[in-house]
Amino acid sequence: MTELLIKNGFVFDPLNGINGEKMDIAIRDGKIVASVNDSRAKKIDATGLTVMPGAVDIHTHIAGGEVNTGRMIRPEDHVKDVVRKTALTRSGTGYSIPSTFVTGYRYSKMGYTTVMNPSMAPLGAKHTHEELNDIPLLDKATFPLIGDWWFVLEYLQKGDLEGCARHVAWMMETTKGYAIKIVNPGGLESWGFGRNVHSIDDVVPNFGITPREIICGLAKVNTMLNLPHSIHLHTNNLGIPGNYVTTLETMKALESVPTDGKPICHITHLQFSSFAGDNWGNMKSAAEEISKYINNHSHMTFDMGQVIFTDTTTMTADGPFEYTLYQLSGHKWVNSDVETETSGGIIPMRYKRKSAVNATQWSIGLELALLIEDPWKMFMTTDHPNAGPFFAYPKIIAWLTSKKARMATLAKCHKKAQKKSLLPSIKRELSLYELAIVTRAGQARALGLKGKGHLGVGADADVAIYNINPETLDIAVKYKTARKAFDSAAYTIKDGVVVVKDGEVVQNVDGRTMWLDIKTAEQIKVDEEMKRKFKQYWTVEYENYPVFDHYLKVPEAITVKASV
Amino acid sequence: MMQQKLHVTLLTGRTIEQGVGKEYGKSSPEYYEACSMVYMDADDMQKLGVKNGTNVLVTTPNGSVVLKAVKYPRSAIPGLIYIPYGPWANSIVSNATTSIGMPSFKGTPAEVEAAPDQPVLSMKELLKKEFGR
Amino acid sequence: MSVINAVTCPICGCLCDDIEVTVVNNEVVKVKNGCAVCEAKYMGYKSEHRIRQPLIRKDGKLVPVSMNEAVHKAAEILANANYPILYGWSSTNCEAQRVGVELAEEVGGVLDNTAVVCHGPSLMGTQEVGIPTSTLGQIRHRADVIIYWGCDPWSAHPRHLERYTIFTEGRFEDSEWKSYLNKVKAAAGKKKLLSAQRAGLSKKAPATVAESVVFNKPPETLQKEGRKLIVIDVRKSMTAEMADYFIQVEPNKDYELMQALRALVKDEELDVDQVAGVPVEYLKEVVETLVNCKFGVIFFGMGLTQSAGKFRNIEVAISLTRDLNMRTKFLIMPMRGHFNVAGANIVFAWQSGYAFGVDFSLGYPRYNPGETTSMDVLLRGESDAALVIASDPGATFPKRAVQSLVKNPLIVIDPHMNATAMLGDVVFPSAFVGIEVEGTAYRMDNVPLPLKKVVEPPEGILSDEELLKKILEEVKSIKAQKTKQKAEGA
Repeated sequence: MTELLIKNGFVFDPLNGINGEKMDIAIRDGKIVASVNDSRAKKIDATGLTVMPGAVDIHTHIAGGEVNTGRMIRPEDHVKDVVRKTALTRSGTGYSIPSTFVTGYRYSKMGYTTVMNPSMAPLGAKHTHEELNDIPLLDKATFPLIGDWWFVLEYLQKGDLEGCARHVAWMMETTKGYAIKIVNPGGLESWGFGRNVHSIDDVVPNFGITPREIICGLAKVNTMLNLPHSIHLHTNNLGIPGNYVTTLETMKALESVPTDGKPICHITHLQFSSFAGDNWGNMKSAAEEISKYINNHSHMTFDMGQVIFTDTTTMTADGPFEYTLYQLSGHKWVNSDVETETSGGIIPMRYKRKSAVNATQWSIGLELALLIEDPWKMFMTTDHPNAGPFFAYPKIIAWLTSKKARMATLAKCHKKAQKKSLLPSIKRELSLYELAIVTRAGQARALGLKGKGHLGVGADADVAIYNINPETLDIAVKYKTARKAFDSAAYTIKDGVVVVKDGEVVQNVDGRTMWLDIKTAEQIKVDEEMKRKFKQYWTVEYENYPVFDHYLKVPEAITVKASV
Repeated sequence: MMQQKLHVTLLTGRTIEQGVGKEYGKSSPEYYEACSMVYMDADDMQKLGVKNGTNVLVTTPNGSVVLKAVKYPRSAIPGLIYIPYGPWANSIVSNATTSIGMPSFKGTPAEVEAAPDQPVLSMKELLKKEFGR
Repeated sequence: MSVINAVTCPICGCLCDDIEVTVVNNEVVKVKNGCAVCEAKYMGYKSEHRIRQPLIRKDGKLVPVSMNEAVHKAAEILANANYPILYGWSSTNCEAQRVGVELAEEVGGVLDNTAVVCHGPSLMGTQEVGIPTSTLGQIRHRADVIIYWGCDPWSAHPRHLERYTIFTEGRFEDSEWKSYLNKVKAAAGKKKLLSAQRAGLSKKAPATVAESVVFNKPPETLQKEGRKLIVIDVRKSMTAEMADYFIQVEPNKDYELMQALRALVKDEELDVDQVAGVPVEYLKEVVETLVNCKFGVIFFGMGLTQSAGKFRNIEVAISLTRDLNMRTKFLIMPMRGHFNVAGANIVFAWQSGYAFGVDFSLGYPRYNPGETTSMDVLLRGESDAALVIASDPGATFPKRAVQSLVKNPLIVIDPHMNATAMLGDVVFPSAFVGIEVEGTAYRMDNVPLPLKKVVEPPEGILSDEELLKKILEEVKSIKAQKTKQKAEGA
């Protein structure tokens, strides 16, 4: 029995309504408990420090085929950021696509304890899990891409929601996945022949179905299966000027899906879906229109996809979008379509302050996060590495919590972008309490992770302690000090074990990989008909498709009882 | 007209027999048969006075090796010779990597002459000759 | 007797996973669905050419030793080396490759896989211009133009055509097998086909169809509906015989030919009559076929990576594909050789950032082809020890590189007594991955597949992964001892 007592810190635990109270946090055997034996427990003196639940990232591309292809084609990304082997830690490289070990170390160093890999081609699921096994110090989960999966398209086209639900349940188990990921629905199948869909009512060639039907159908399936997270959606027309109209239509379409009050959809990296204008010359922010709608509705959650001014790598299952970037940039371009399932692409990208478009994108992300009033709806991400690498999070924290910080950056931006930016008119500065929501509590709640994002009794003992004294440090003024503190946690505690101290890894532990074991009333029948279809659809045998249990180093099955 | 020596372009590469031989084992007779030979153009062979199955000596700046000449069955390949991947080919291929890690396994100059009286070495003999082991 | 189905064949990058293996008394007696090479492997794994126990060279001869002695000797060599090479990795599973990266990091060595003499240039090409590609099923379902350039799948990837490209049924495209058979029948009669089948090389052996087509006009069938097969090579390969159109390019002129095609795709005029031996007017017809297809693909092999130009050939092949994507859908894919060379690239990359030629001598991963690639390190004579696993550089490296390898202590891990093992100083027998050991391998299109264990390995024979772990542990213990001695000495 190991006991740990974090004494006297300023605790920010929004899920339990705790806002900076000075209190102790007790830990026994990897869980938060009411109290521990004061004399026996190891103690951490957190006097004058900020204590939060371990941070949660709802959307970060850290493992799998797409990420690794990014690593392989970008030696120039790694050469400037090398990590030496130590007695405790493995060597590796960054920068925007860090090697697996480095990914774990860097997240942990910032107080993160749980991350979601949001994009996994089912056919490559084994690869994703092999890499997740090599990412230490974090709990992880991964979302299979099923919005353009032929089985789903065929079931939804027939209107057979129950059949679809059973297939999706089977798919989660087969890929050891956690949530339904949908990317540019219908667009990816169209991309198989080099085409795309351009509105949610375009018909997908050869399948007679529209993006609207796919999105709403899978949202209903998600509810039927009682999945902890909602559908996780990357909208149609992403990254195209004027696309906010599509985003609004998508959100409106989803109003038709019944809900018991839980959000039914998470639109990810909202920044990329909030462009007004009709070409790159007059492209501008639609943050006002989008946030107005969101402030009046509560059926959805979102994350930022905040742009960071640096050299990074875009990678997404949205093959046609990456093709558009290729046409725009002429840069090295990876396209990686996956039979029967999805597509994908990669383009390196440097976001420049002096580019009007990039600077406007930067502004849009912050405008959205600040204009959406309820922090439980909008979470902090960079869509790593698409809009920037995850280790830039402390910068975003500074921009969100300090007007001074964001105005300092805006002043260095392209004049046209400065003029169009809504930021000068926005006074809001997030408090530490709100920050705890957008970086952990809100993300955990949206994901349906019961033991994460809070410090109540029974929660996983994942804790981050930062060198910030809220009584003496005004983070809105001293944003650079705060940035440093969030960059380098005083302590990161994973399952009750101190893994980081003063920004350095001091202990290696393996995190768990969470996946959904969905119990449906009627199990899917794996009959000869399905096997025959399988042989037609894929080039691998049915028997070799699933991710077997041994592919997960530390598996954690989360049982879900479906209502079908 | 008969010629003493022929200047050719050397290619090395896969054959299905080499693939089969390597899976049986590199010390198998199948592997020896498959790799200790050279495909030549029929007219080129005639020029050298070489018949199907006659031994020839192939020389490059990197060395020489004796191989069994075999007529390329599918098309004319004037000026080309093709040796399956293996230690025989590698005793003469160019090691110029042009500083990218890859030797020049294909498309380098070589000379061929008839060598009916010289033996084709076994892999053991070849390794002994080249590396003393 | 047991029959095991859906076995993944551990030989080439096709990674066919529909093999049926019959086992009697822990011995494979029958293999179904596989090609000739597959059968050879499943029959050859138990042959007399296997290594039976660990060996160490003493007085110039390899003599049997205990496992402990061999492990200690190997670890000592690596721990004492300044700049060892750890080479091979392509015919083993990802599980062993993972341990390999850690071992290389621990001893500060150069970690390299067989891609360096295979598709290393292709990886370099993608580092220049990326790569528009897909999984093989996408091609099976959609491709109506299939080009094999500088590769001969019939010989090196025997079932590629029937599983993934021209002779397979897709959702949107049909197999051309029947029409090919008709063509063969018409051209040569049934006899030749049967005799080829009897030779046992493949169920789908090509029969001789036509004379050299190099100076022939592209046939009208190139404009027909349905799948079309184009082969471009310096010689008429087995695959070329099956093609709708064969272009015989002059040796070392692939680069020129591709640049000419690029120009034509962009509607530029060429002011020469022929390029690389091919009349420009024929090339124009070919380009017409390419830009008007629904979904085209180029497969390429060593004909591009190993001939003049090397990675520049790949760069321009990919650039041609990029250009074609401005007109239609077009993809490109390297024909990976060893069954898990793709896996070696993938595992190295996720752990270190780099796919091959990784140098750990400074304590962190470094990659610079020409500097950190094993071939160049050997040719410059910089290394002072080597571990070779799951490959045979003794048979696949140029002579001078092998001489350099043999000059220093050489550790070899392999099931067979191959050329490198014959030259080794410490030789470990290992179990056959995919026959006696399970694990994961990556297909040429980076799709992961499980490898099965169908029989038990011979007694006392360990897997690559187990052997490497033993060596790694021993290296760590030797290094710890050294540190301790140093501390005591000071």
